Amino acid sequence: MIGLSHYMALSAIVFCIGVYGMLTRRNAVAVLMSVELMFNSVNIALVACARFVTPETVTGQAVAVFTIAVAAAEATVALAIVLLIYQHHRGIDVDRVNFMKW
Amino acid sequence: MLELDKLVKIVGDAIDAGIRALGLGSAWVMVIQLAIAGLVVVAFAAVMVLFLVWLERKISARMQNRLGPTRVGPAGTIQTIADALKLLQKEDITPKAVDRGVYFWAPIITFVAALAVYVTIPFGEGLIVRDLNIGVLYILSITTFTVIGLLMAGWSSNNKYSLLGGFRSAAQVVSYEVPLALSVIGVIMFTQTLSMLEIVEQQEKFHQWYIWRQPLGFLIFLIAGTAEANRTPFDLPEADSELVAGFVTEYSGMKFAMFFLAEFLNMFTLAAVATTLYFGGWNGPILPSWMWFIAKCMVGVFILMWFRWTYPRLRVDQLMGFAWKTLIPLAFINLILTGVGIHLF
Amino acid sequence: MDSTALAFYSLAFIIIAAAIFVVTAKNIFHSAVYLIVALFGVAGLFVLLQAFFLAAAQVLIYVGAIAVLMMFAVMLTARIADAGVRHTNEQVGTGLLVSLGLLAVMLYSLWDSPFQFSGAPVAEGAGLTLGRQLLTKFVLPFEIVSVLLLAALIGAVVIAKKDDTGRAEPKAKYPAARALREDPDIVRKVPR
Repeated sequence: MIGLSHYMALSAIVFCIGVYGMLTRRNAVAVLMSVELMFNSVNIALVACARFVTPETVTGQAVAVFTIAVAAAEATVALAIVLLIYQHHRGIDVDRVNFMKW
Repeated sequence: MLELDKLVKIVGDAIDAGIRALGLGSAWVMVIQLAIAGLVVVAFAAVMVLFLVWLERKISARMQNRLGPTRVGPAGTIQTIADALKLLQKEDITPKAVDRGVYFWAPIITFVAALAVYVTIPFGEGLIVRDLNIGVLYILSITTFTVIGLLMAGWSSNNKYSLLGGFRSAAQVVSYEVPLALSVIGVIMFTQTLSMLEIVEQQEKFHQWYIWRQPLGFLIFLIAGTAEANRTPFDLPEADSELVAGFVTEYSGMKFAMFFLAEFLNMFTLAAVATTLYFGGWNGPILPSWMWFIAKCMVGVFILMWFRWTYPRLRVDQLMGFAWKTLIPLAFINLILTGVGIHLF
Repeated sequence: MDSTALAFYSLAFIIIAAAIFVVTAKNIFHSAVYLIVALFGVAGLFVLLQAFFLAAAQVLIYVGAIAVLMMFAVMLTARIADAGVRHTNEQVGTGLLVSLGLLAVMLYSLWDSPFQFSGAPVAEGAGLTLGRQLLTKFVLPFEIVSVLLLAALIGAVVIAKKDDTGRAEPKAKYPAARALREDPDIVRKVPR
């Protein structure tokens, strides 16, 4: 029987993979992808809770809708920043972008 | 003529009884039913695409005072089959500098995405593979996979024309997705359901067609849908005369055929969705329902072809400006008007 | 093993494998493709959890918009030839340690926590309930999210826009054309 804990465990694993990617990738777009993975793991947890804890009111799904919207907003702004960095540096290595003003 | 509708039902019931007679579990029965329905839809799509390619060539020829294909078969009807056979036996070339995996999967993703839409399109009374309660949303979301395929093709070809084509398709599809979805929401506000089947059933009478209540929405849907399907005047991603066919430059043989088929399938999908949402789907007197559906779709397809051979291609900046400065504000105005209208009446 | 378990384990395998490829692939475009696989797998999980609306929204927004934007950014900033470039920084060991430690802590807390289960199946018309909730109980966050999206839209445009102010006039490539632009009457002033 697949229960809430299975989904929670999957969510935790995907979240940690995202953390690893965020810490180790040099490419800014790859870091953003890792962040999206983490967003998704949270969504899995929220929807699983909606299914198993409050199946009548599906509260978790409503929160997941907000997560998706915030992820979309985050992606647009972050990618705009990435493109700006690329224009100034001819590269998007996050370890080399270490000053605030140029 | 209603006998034809009954015939379809009788054949369906016979197949159904046959499957049940095998004495398998209910899950297996469902799997087999879906598999058969899927096969029928794939076969239908293949025949339809062959016909559409022939139709496009004929119509374009007539619009340019030519005859079009005439040699193979009566009025050139078997020409497309001959072409398809030729493409099948061509060598499948993979250029050396391409990114192999991505290059291989791109046409498959595009083609499967174009086919998967047909799961929830109601072809006639009782002729639907699976009625999903999120039908319209499903169609909108599955069609976005087409652009993933185009982007993969454009990038993996390692060719600047392909890359430009990929860029253009991404910018175009992301921009036109917004007015498309907004115009569909106008209909959804009336129907109160996302199921394609229920939307059709609500438009039984001629005056109930949603086109009468959503004329502006339909116009926006048609234009944005043409852009989504990469048809001229919005065919910038492949633009033969400037990008040497854009993302398909490096493709040949069967893989090229898959992109080509997907494009024509998308055109038919657009016509089918427009028919379902705005023109009453399979509802109509005397003739069997599926005939009405096909007839309405063909009118839509003809209008799309008419577009293609009438309008010149847009420039990239005109394309983006038109989406963001004209279509999206219009779509919002349409939504507000619809809301006010529903509130008042 | 029943069919739900089979579906769950295969989807979980796909998601985890794709996620690992996302963070380790040497070619950044491959990362983007694997990200799409992972996102699609999550949509499959939502179907399994009977959240059909969210599954469609996940595909529409994540795959159709966010992943396409990611690929767009990759195409603008990378080349196939970049595949040989080192793709990780020197924190691989630390990163592995931190993420595995975090995983251990989370799994341990999962092991211990007694979840309150409601055995009831998802009610009919969960989509309707979801819509009602978004416009009643969650109406404030709903409005805030819409303002946030508008702000993100404008912000992205402002950030990515070519910044021409404060920069010197571009070098005059065509002095005659520039002179004409500044003073349209110049044609008449030319001595005959």
